[in-house]
Amino acid sequence: MTETTLAIANDIEARFPQCVTPDERGGYEGYLIEAGKLVEFATALRDEFGYDFLSSVTGVDYLPDEKMEVVYHTYRSTGGGAFVFKVQTPRQTPSVPSLCGIFPGAEFQEREAWDLLGIHFQGHPDLRRILMWEGFEGHPLRKDWKEAYYESDAKPFDSRWPVGEIYRAEDENPFKGNVVYPQGFDPDKWTPEGETALYAGMHEVETDEAMHTDQIVVNLGPQHPSTHGVFRMVATLDGETIVKLRPVMGYLHRNHEKIGERNTYLMNIPFTDRLDYLSSMTANWGYVQAVEKLLGPKTAAPERAEYIRVIMAEFTRISNHLMAIGALLNDLGAYFTPMLYALKERELILDIFEATAGSRMMCNYYRFGGLARDLPAGVYEKMRDLAFERLPRQIDELDRYLTENEVVIARCEGVGVLTPEEAIAYSAVGPVLRASGVPYDVRRADPYGIYERFDFDVAVRYHGDVYDRYLVRLDEIRQSIRILQQALDDLPEGEIMAGKPKYSMRVPAGEAYGRVEAPKGELGFYVVSDGSANPWRYHVRAPSFINLTALSKMCEGDKVADAVIILGSIDIVLGETDR
Amino acid sequence: MPEELNSKGYDIPPEMQSLVAITTLDKIYNWGRRYSVWPMMFGLACCAIEMICTAAARFDFSRFGMEIMRPSPRQADLMLVSGTVTKKMVPQIVRLYNQMPEPKYVVAMGACACGGGPFKEGYNVVSGIDKFLPVDVYIPGCPPTPQALLFGLMKVQEMIDTQSLKEVRWYQKGELPAIPVPILGPDLIDPRDYPEFAEKLAKAQAEVTEPEGA
Repeated sequence: MTETTLAIANDIEARFPQCVTPDERGGYEGYLIEAGKLVEFATALRDEFGYDFLSSVTGVDYLPDEKMEVVYHTYRSTGGGAFVFKVQTPRQTPSVPSLCGIFPGAEFQEREAWDLLGIHFQGHPDLRRILMWEGFEGHPLRKDWKEAYYESDAKPFDSRWPVGEIYRAEDENPFKGNVVYPQGFDPDKWTPEGETALYAGMHEVETDEAMHTDQIVVNLGPQHPSTHGVFRMVATLDGETIVKLRPVMGYLHRNHEKIGERNTYLMNIPFTDRLDYLSSMTANWGYVQAVEKLLGPKTAAPERAEYIRVIMAEFTRISNHLMAIGALLNDLGAYFTPMLYALKERELILDIFEATAGSRMMCNYYRFGGLARDLPAGVYEKMRDLAFERLPRQIDELDRYLTENEVVIARCEGVGVLTPEEAIAYSAVGPVLRASGVPYDVRRADPYGIYERFDFDVAVRYHGDVYDRYLVRLDEIRQSIRILQQALDDLPEGEIMAGKPKYSMRVPAGEAYGRVEAPKGELGFYVVSDGSANPWRYHVRAPSFINLTALSKMCEGDKVADAVIILGSIDIVLGETDR
Repeated sequence: MPEELNSKGYDIPPEMQSLVAITTLDKIYNWGRRYSVWPMMFGLACCAIEMICTAAARFDFSRFGMEIMRPSPRQADLMLVSGTVTKKMVPQIVRLYNQMPEPKYVVAMGACACGGGPFKEGYNVVSGIDKFLPVDVYIPGCPPTPQALLFGLMKVQEMIDTQSLKEVRWYQKGELPAIPVPILGPDLIDPRDYPEFAEKLAKAQAEVTEPEGA
């Protein structure tokens, strides 16, 4: 149990006798709450104990125990460790009260748990499927749900070359594809469910305008140049003003978690690259951190590895923010020229990644207890040149061209405002939270790695609009350069891996939540181990996904053209949003 | 006039060489098309980022006459399927393909678009776009580097070079059939499966109930 949890343990138990019990399973932490008392408990936790930031909500299917469990990770927005609480519910009829009323940031995460695990949340305002489509058969993350290409529960699978002849998974399926239908399904007698649930309440939204005018419903996406991938927004417009907006996602839902639960621990690292494909290094770090927590202190990374981890993470942050700024300007209509400036610098950072990790984007570089390989000759000098000479100048150049630009200011200032209270309530993280005046950065609030050793400021701005989100990113690049300069100066010689690299390791049973400050915000990995070679539960708390919860709040009342830049200012990556 | 246009065996006087070319109709038709391929601005996943890098300053595919990326399928003639094709997205991709005017080409960029890639076993992933669309060039890699993408695009140009006006499908008689748009049911339904659906379903169900090897 974390220190902060211990400090309030007595108070919690005294405040809620009977219905709150410490979770005493080996390797687990936090408290088990009675479902009936959940709302009352969460309200008290937020208002009396100060845990006002709900970071992650997810479900776990404990099939052998015939139970479903919903796990909540809460933090104080002033910093410190997690307070974890859980609710158990019978597996046949899983149902727990919704926390949307207390933490609006739970909305999408609860919908995801409903979609993938079939856990019903009583009192949820809009409990629809979120990643799969309405009408899809079954809840795929349940342990007894088998996909069409199912081979066995855990990898590595048997050889697909059993008799000296290769076969493909789809050749085994009568439909020659990745599909499976329920018994007796007849497409002729079936009508599609369509999107009636999505459009419900979208037509004719009540407004307090004196003159009644017709409203129209507009779809932006999934194929739209401004959506940064395959994202869709359904908006009800009154003239050009958005009166209601609903994000629709799942067009890039690649079943990361289901695949992750079949993989061995090591096999998951390259999959984390493909979550946020603009910043694969930090995604590696989050996952590695969660598993290292399970493995215990004997796998602590050596000094040199810790430094290189920080260096790579900060270069990733710079390259991600460059891309975010370039894309935001694209959305503003400055088509591709600012992007070219941003990509020019990003290429130089990618060169470093390619030389070190072997790939430009999918780095697959961090390992449990260290790194995959050391820096090759010549890379250190290149890094120094970038961090001390080139990048500071180039960032100033970007700043000079864009920050004072009249069009940028006119379009961005006062658009998509999120107040600090709303930002915390909606579980916004990263630059979105910090632009709203909340100086919360995991690197400072709950330090990991060796970030405590470096001198840097948490970038914060106070207006909560699109312009401030742009400025926060620019500030963060400058702070990252500061960290890089210190880390490169202090980089020690030595090993880069604790012990010998291993293909499979025994991960003790238990749960762990590892979180890092990824460029897009707090990226968390919730891993449950049952002691076998594969994780029992593997959940990603994706910042792009949860930041979108506040999207409709930010867009309502603004013009439809502003929705595009508000989305751009959140800086989403669909690989992470949909997973 | 570029040298490549000239047909062999015709002597053009030296003073006319920059002004006149003796060539075939096929050749000049293809020469015009190969340097004005307009890709659709259409990114699905990670590969789209490498596609953007290929369009940017360092790699710059406008050197091949492909600089204009069009977000509208009506104005595009090359579909770069850049990323994982999911079941939820594939109806839209097929619809976009149907909306593109002929001549049109499809490039499957990356492992996922070629055959499902690392995510193949996922319940929401289509095992390659070629299950639905006719793919002209496959580019392996996860993601393919910009160099690989450029090489793939050069292969598209080579393919254009070999086409003949007499044989191309868009100048044949009759209407070109559209590809039936898949439907999102309990799972993805391909309308082309309808005739034998019950039969296939029975077979699939039998396999589930019978243990393997029985």
